[in-house]
Amino acid sequence: MAVENAGHAPSGSEYILHHLTNLTQGEGTSALHLDSVFFSVLLAVLFVGSFALVARKASVTKPGKFQLFVEVLVDFVDTQVRDSFQGTSKLVAPLALTIFCWVLLFNFMDLVPVDLLPKAGEAFGIHYMKVVPSTDLNITLGMSLTVFLLCMFYSVKIKGAWGFAKELLTHPFGPWMAPFNLLLNFIEHLARPVSLGLRLYGNLYAGEMIFLLLAVLGGSFALASVTGIGAVIGQLILGTVWGLFHILVIPLQAFIFMVLTIVYLAQAHETHH
Amino acid sequence: MNINLTLVVQMMVFAIVIWVVMKFIWPIILGAMNEREAKIAAGLAAAEQGQKDLSEAKSRADEVIKEARTRALAIESQARTQANQIIEEARKAASLEGEKALASAKSQIELESNRARDALRGQVVSLAVAGARRVLEKEIDQKAHGELLDQLAAKL
Repeated sequence: MAVENAGHAPSGSEYILHHLTNLTQGEGTSALHLDSVFFSVLLAVLFVGSFALVARKASVTKPGKFQLFVEVLVDFVDTQVRDSFQGTSKLVAPLALTIFCWVLLFNFMDLVPVDLLPKAGEAFGIHYMKVVPSTDLNITLGMSLTVFLLCMFYSVKIKGAWGFAKELLTHPFGPWMAPFNLLLNFIEHLARPVSLGLRLYGNLYAGEMIFLLLAVLGGSFALASVTGIGAVIGQLILGTVWGLFHILVIPLQAFIFMVLTIVYLAQAHETHH
Repeated sequence: MNINLTLVVQMMVFAIVIWVVMKFIWPIILGAMNEREAKIAAGLAAAEQGQKDLSEAKSRADEVIKEARTRALAIESQARTQANQIIEEARKAASLEGEKALASAKSQIELESNRARDALRGQVVSLAVAGARRVLEKEIDQKAHGELLDQLAAKL
């Protein structure tokens, strides 16, 4: 907390609001969240870079420890894809791997102490910084919308424009219920990217919020009240518990995002008869 | 939370990352894994084949050894019989030779003894004649009693 610099101690809500504000360039819909994009790209470079390093030096007979780690991830994703996706696609498995690793890295940013990077940023004159990209709805919806577009693309590509339209009109209740079918499918297809993006965003946003609240609790020590010591101990204990619990949430949300993507793409590839 | 340009930027970044992973990462890593899998399977198969070959070679070697042993035994027994035969032949030849030598010695002895007997006989006859002449003085005419003397000599 910028207690000393600000001259006056920020209230709890001020502190939280500050931490939930993106570093924004521009106004309205043409605004850009520089911090979200920066960390998103940074983590993408970390993921792609480390995996590319392994791919470049991939050894068949003498895999290193990191290569084995990467291979475990690849094998895990490959198994998931083969379990739910029948048929062949050069896209689905790499897409699933990208989603799993990237979202995992997004979510792990949540375990970085809430003030560490913003404080460091402040030293360089950056006053707003949200370090967890998956707590930015733009990021999660950006990914889920990409998945949605891929689903639409493959639906049309596999079934043909007419086949896809027929499926929208006749599935699931037959041709006599066409308007109802269309409405139902419309809602279903649109609900998918929204729920996919909101689920990840909601989970991580809530997690971040808890960490911020715990930081506010510990921060009341700065108010020099008698209960300050107890508040710090409270933050330590509760923060540890929440952090440990959050370690479960982090891979779980990445996994859910990946599995749902695979399922949606599998349905896009399926033809109903 | 306001939706803005960040979403579009994220979609573009996402698309690029997917493309890179699809093009340069996934196939290479999975390819290495599959290749290793195939290699391990081939290695195990080769090991199994090697084991099979080994046991086959062992049984073949056993067979060869067994055959060699029986052949050696056959050769040995053959050699033994041959040796016995040779010894037998040698013995036969030796005994034959001995017999021949014995026979020739015997005949020689007989010849010698016959000759000696003849000589002795003649001497005895002449001795007897001489003695008789001494006893009878001239009464014995060699010519008159020649037949008698010959008979005597033949009887001796």
